[in-house]
Amino acid sequence: MNEQPEQLRNFTINFGPQHPAAHGVLRLVLELDGEVVARVDPHIGLLHRGTEKLIEQKTYLQAIPYFDRLDYVAPMNQEHAFCLAAEKLLGIEVPRRGQLIRVLYCEIGRILSHLLNVTTQAMDVGALTPPLWGFEEREKLMVFYERASGSRMHAAFFRVGGVHQDLPQKLVDDIEAWCDPFLKVVEDLDRLLTANRIFKQRNVDIGVVPLKEAWAWGFSGVMVRGSGAAWDLRKSQPYECYAEMDFDIPIGKNGDCYDRYLIRMEEMRQSVRIMKQCIQKLNAPEGRGPVVVEDNKVAPPRRGEMKRSMEALIHHFKLYTEGVHVPAGEVYAAVEAPKGEFGVYLVADGTNKPYKCKIRAPGFAHLQAMDHICRGHLLADVSAILGSLDIVFGEVDR
Amino acid sequence: MDDGKLDALGQTIVSALPGAATGHSVAFNQLTVDVEASKIVEVVKYLRDDPSCRFVNFTDITAVDYPDREKRFDVIYHFLSPTLNTRIRLRAQADETTQVPSLIDVFPGADWFEREAYDLYGVFFVGHPDMRRILTDYGFEGHPLRKDFPTTGFVEVRYDDQEKRVVYEPVRLNQEFRKFDFLSPWEGADYPVLPGDEKAGPKV
Repeated sequence: MNEQPEQLRNFTINFGPQHPAAHGVLRLVLELDGEVVARVDPHIGLLHRGTEKLIEQKTYLQAIPYFDRLDYVAPMNQEHAFCLAAEKLLGIEVPRRGQLIRVLYCEIGRILSHLLNVTTQAMDVGALTPPLWGFEEREKLMVFYERASGSRMHAAFFRVGGVHQDLPQKLVDDIEAWCDPFLKVVEDLDRLLTANRIFKQRNVDIGVVPLKEAWAWGFSGVMVRGSGAAWDLRKSQPYECYAEMDFDIPIGKNGDCYDRYLIRMEEMRQSVRIMKQCIQKLNAPEGRGPVVVEDNKVAPPRRGEMKRSMEALIHHFKLYTEGVHVPAGEVYAAVEAPKGEFGVYLVADGTNKPYKCKIRAPGFAHLQAMDHICRGHLLADVSAILGSLDIVFGEVDR
Repeated sequence: MDDGKLDALGQTIVSALPGAATGHSVAFNQLTVDVEASKIVEVVKYLRDDPSCRFVNFTDITAVDYPDREKRFDVIYHFLSPTLNTRIRLRAQADETTQVPSLIDVFPGADWFEREAYDLYGVFFVGHPDMRRILTDYGFEGHPLRKDFPTTGFVEVRYDDQEKRVVYEPVRLNQEFRKFDFLSPWEGADYPVLPGDEKAGPKV
């Protein structure tokens, strides 16, 4: 009897869209050779809402809430990029207190995002305690969001020209009181994970990205810092008042999942450092003052003024119906969002609506490299790599 | 980098790539270089490898639609040079049939961004190994970010309980899609006739 050589065929499985480790609505089509990943084909777009199309139909003010819904674990960082772009076109400078509040809340956003990412990554590789501990702190931070903006997640707090409202002194004090105990929580998480044998086995030397590849694939943020580039937009192209803040940029050596985890842990500590400085500056006499530009062609007049001044009333009406006219031009503004470089490419045609608003989401660039990074890894590593890429589908699918 | 240096950099690039880079401008402290769509690969390779540029970080590809123009799309590329600590924007013009060379061999990260520009605008990138749609639904028709694509779209989906599957139907709006025109007629807006004035035409 002549034996037919056994036909070997790669095994194709669907990972997601309803897999808990898929971080939302990702559908990965995995081609497996035994347990080794031969090919990854991510199918995205299941959360596509046409944000860019909708923004073209809305005034600049109405566009801001869409940015909360992109990376919904750090909403205000996205709003920041859009406001910076519009402010560049308008040529306005945000008052100092407005800048400090923005930076304070962007750092809160960074901690929100990193807490979620670090702890759920731990969950993806088998630890259940970290998310429980981390989410407790996230809850407190979301209360700070709520006390500033009235909303736990979708804040819509930033405005072109500043922020919507001033913070009550009690809130600033409470944030200050939260800082030091939080460092203790980071330490606890650190003790749970950093030296943990299972966590290290699952993450060390997994998903290694050399720096050259990281740049070429369009990576940014933690993904390039993990590979050893000392690159952070807050330091290298400082926007707002980051230039006067004193903080360090942690960088990795090996470019693997474990280094990226360590960077995120350290960034949370650095964020707390920035927050403390912000609070100190907010409490100083120079930190008092308006939170949004006083120009009523851009920012609405105060409520009290509207009761007395006809002019204020007209400005208010025009701002909330017609909106701000942004001079024609095109501009690209980027912020260091927790997940990487979040950019907004804004084309204005001089009317009250953006002609085009392209949202450059860091997660989109990171996720497309899944195939490149995962090839040759084991099936179980896919979820570890996915966790360390820090994907949120709101921003990938837009 | 200040505007003067950016301007000098722009001039260097334009003079180094005759025929490929056609002009440059600096606005809002950002450098834009106009390029020929067919020569984009050459330009990007130069920007990446030239020691005075080192634009090694791929940032973004997108398009802007100007339906009134003969070549309706601006294809916009963004790159970042960590060495110079500056960004650059390349602008190439294309229409629905222009075959823009794909950057995928120079920057692997261009992959999804080109697919996205194809999906949302219908700019065709030649040389891309996998020009599938990316963000829109499986089997979607049209290019939604074009200015002539309606915001409401053409089809809507619902789960049909009888057929036990998701069905696609032409979009039906219970209320007309509302697009308010708040532009003041006396500033900014460019009306051929003021709204309402069309009623006051010459009496017949």
